[in-house]
Amino acid sequence: MHPLRQLIRGFRALTNRSATDREIADEVDHYLAQAAAEHERRGVPRAQAHRMARLELANVTTTREQIRGYGWENIVESTLADLRYASRRLRSSPGFTFVTALTLAVGIGATTAIFSVVNGILFDPLPYPSPERVVAIREIGTDGGQNSGTFGMYQAFAERARSFDAIAVFKRWQPTISGGDTPERLEGQRVSARYFAALGIAPLMGRAFDASDDRLSGPRVVILSDALWKRRFQADRDIIGKTVTLDDDSYLVIGVMSAGFDNVLAPQAVVWAPLQYDLSQGRAWGHHLRTIARLSPGMTVEGATRDVDAVGHAVLAEQRPETYDPATRFDATSLRGELTRAVRPALLAIMAAVALVLVIASVNVTNLLLARGVQRRGEFSLRVALGAASGRVIRQLLTESVLLAAVGGAVGLLVATFGLRTLVALSPAELPRVATIRIDQTMFIFALVVTTLVGIASGLAPALQALRADPNANLQRASRRTAGGLGRTRAALVITEVAIALVLLVSSGLLLRSVERLFAVDVGFSASNVLTMQVQATGHRFDADGAIDRYFEQVLDNVRRVPGVTSAAFTSQLPLSGDADMYGARFDPGVPNDPGQNRGTFRYAVTGDYFATIGIPLRRGRLLDARDRAGAPPVAVISESIAKRRLPGLDPIGKRILIGSSGPYTVVGVVGDVRQESLALAETDAVYTTPSQWKFPDNPMSLVMRTRSDPAALTPSVRSAIWAVDKDQPIVRVATMDALLSGSAASRRFALRLFEAFGLAALILAAAGIYGVLAGSVVERWREIGVRSALGASHQAIMRMVLGQGLRMTFVGVVLGIGIALLATRMLATLLFGVSHVDPFTYVGVIVLLVATSVVASALPAWRASRVDPVTALRSE
Amino acid sequence: MEDNNTDVIQGTLDMLILKTLSLQPLHGFGIARRIEQISRGVFKVNPGSLLTALQRLERAGWLDAEWHDTENSRRAKYYALTRAGLKQLNAETADWNRRVSAVARLLKAEA
Repeated sequence: MHPLRQLIRGFRALTNRSATDREIADEVDHYLAQAAAEHERRGVPRAQAHRMARLELANVTTTREQIRGYGWENIVESTLADLRYASRRLRSSPGFTFVTALTLAVGIGATTAIFSVVNGILFDPLPYPSPERVVAIREIGTDGGQNSGTFGMYQAFAERARSFDAIAVFKRWQPTISGGDTPERLEGQRVSARYFAALGIAPLMGRAFDASDDRLSGPRVVILSDALWKRRFQADRDIIGKTVTLDDDSYLVIGVMSAGFDNVLAPQAVVWAPLQYDLSQGRAWGHHLRTIARLSPGMTVEGATRDVDAVGHAVLAEQRPETYDPATRFDATSLRGELTRAVRPALLAIMAAVALVLVIASVNVTNLLLARGVQRRGEFSLRVALGAASGRVIRQLLTESVLLAAVGGAVGLLVATFGLRTLVALSPAELPRVATIRIDQTMFIFALVVTTLVGIASGLAPALQALRADPNANLQRASRRTAGGLGRTRAALVITEVAIALVLLVSSGLLLRSVERLFAVDVGFSASNVLTMQVQATGHRFDADGAIDRYFEQVLDNVRRVPGVTSAAFTSQLPLSGDADMYGARFDPGVPNDPGQNRGTFRYAVTGDYFATIGIPLRRGRLLDARDRAGAPPVAVISESIAKRRLPGLDPIGKRILIGSSGPYTVVGVVGDVRQESLALAETDAVYTTPSQWKFPDNPMSLVMRTRSDPAALTPSVRSAIWAVDKDQPIVRVATMDALLSGSAASRRFALRLFEAFGLAALILAAAGIYGVLAGSVVERWREIGVRSALGASHQAIMRMVLGQGLRMTFVGVVLGIGIALLATRMLATLLFGVSHVDPFTYVGVIVLLVATSVVASALPAWRASRVDPVTALRSE
Repeated sequence: MEDNNTDVIQGTLDMLILKTLSLQPLHGFGIARRIEQISRGVFKVNPGSLLTALQRLERAGWLDAEWHDTENSRRAKYYALTRAGLKQLNAETADWNRRVSAVARLLKAEA
């Protein structure tokens, strides 16, 4: 009962203070009257009786206040009063409020946006039941590089490993769907039977795959994603049991996934079919699958690692003795960690950078508050002198800074929302788990916590300063403005800002140099004026032997006739496009084949014009040409790097090479090295054959065209030339080689853009900090400067004095910053390319930039100081 | 007023108010006078403390308050004990007695 009464009375007091005040006054008055009457009854004269009664009550007002002071509503009331006062103060100096709130908005907004991205990608558990049990199984070579999984090893794990509830392999699948208005190439996956079981997700409708689906020549069945089901089948409730046409074949729909299913391993996939792996042609040990598993309950990742490593070594030694390398390792690792492994260092570095921006923003606001605190010294001293408890003064000041932060935080949330959209739009394609990035409760809570902390942190120093101040001295000073030295606290804060700005600028500088270096890398071909697209032959009309080759030949003939195309060729994989088709390559005979040397070699099937079209130079021997057709002696062209590494000092021409299990091919030529995977990776071992001499037709193929002018403009005419051969074939992945080239540096450029933005913000804030402190100090030292000038100091000497003050702070900040940067930029190691994290060029450049900025920031206060008129300054007291 | 009166023992004011009101509803000054009378002037109640205590006890739900007009056209606030207040009084009384007898025993043991 009584908490309710507390609440009601409290609210009554809050909403109708005058009525409650009157009641208290009435009660006190009544008491007084009664007491006086009592005294009168005892014979005291009336006037004296009243005096006595009042004396007993001590102080009527204090008593009323005492009674009034009881109840929770008083805390609310005083806080509201603080807030009212604080907002009045903030409104009375709109310039100050605008600048500080904006500074905080940018700091809080940027931090919140980045936090949302990083938190989602790195720390959100996978969207599956018991997500910690979902693992990736990896095979790691001697050089630390990771190999794709093989079907042979998957089978061995499935039979012999004891750690898993489910284990699965999968590969990319891009079937063409027909039957609607337009054929469309879908993104999908071929998965082994237990794929969905390993993730722990069952279809919303229908069923998942089982072992009877996943065998060679098994039933043609598919599971659809919710998106595809809605888009292509109008969310047909009776879809299960109907058929869809994929690559000219009828597939029975057996399931539809839910809308909430986030397929982290292939977020774009909309269709799944059983793997139905073809073990013929000795493909069991080809590295082109990925392996995942679900741990049995209670099994640890370490236990599973021991298990797969033991099984892996035993199987390789038994079944692959000729290539078995005992240094190979197998392990199980958290799938979440594995998905984000590549981006984790970059994301953490970006998070650290944005946190620094927030620190610098708060420091700047602290500085501005301190500067105002100096101007308001008189006000605080007066309050303390009038009996305000120092706690109340601190509360008042903290209320002001928290209110300021709250305004900043509110605007910051807008900044964050906008920033998050921009981040997602700018994010590089390889950023995993983008689905986790969203505006959610966590983001609001984070912003709220950050805002509160910033509000308290930036208000604390000014509040303590106000408290420390001796009221007496301050009251005097407020009226006299004698020289006060530059506050140590404020100088220290500016030094911090400079140091942080240096760290951020050095980081951006290093990234900038890395991206420059990256684009200076010789990719091994000539990228300008090259158009590429992927062409495919789908459907049963291509089932006949050689039909696919004939189709591609016709396409090539047609494309060559397009005006503006100077040459055209096909390749089974395109550099810098994400393709990575690797095989083991062995020389035979008489060449030592060290298994440690036997790392992956890129295998290309290319038409003869490929080298000329893309601009790969011939080093020795001859290129592939029309002679090298099916039935002719199999020949290959190899890259310079493989020739040098594997055949040191030998003539490669005429050597025979085995590619995986096919060959041997006689080496007829050596060509220049090409960056296949990315600009940064120098893995360039490559073997080229003609399509007709490769054991199976590659399909799809990438069409590469050299053009006379802007390659992108030719896309429509090339498309119609291809569709003139067969109008049902999808054409995808249209891109100029230049675009692929810049896309290859996408994640570094993404990081660079963010760091540049942060570095710029830090530079501006540091400059503002230097300016603010110097300007404040000039105002405070007005009289002193006047005295100096009266005593004969020249304008130049006074300017030098103020500039020197600014430069001293900058210098200390720079020295401190260099120390921090040398340590902190280690975090960037994985993002750097061709530049050391202690790169002197970058450091010197940044120091020059910072010093120049600080001179500019100090110039105005210095000039103002030099203009102090001694007469006015001395008389103003 | 006699000179040998003292302030109410710390922490007992609430109990004394509750006890006084358990006899009959009274206004603030009435309570003060009654406490002085019954204690034969030993306890003197500080008006400020009394009125604040009344505010607190009322909020706590132990007292009900009602405004009455008095003969000389003033308003007076009369307090009465609630059921919860009675319970509280009993609890505090029991607690007080326990302490007093404990102190008494201690003092006796010394003698």
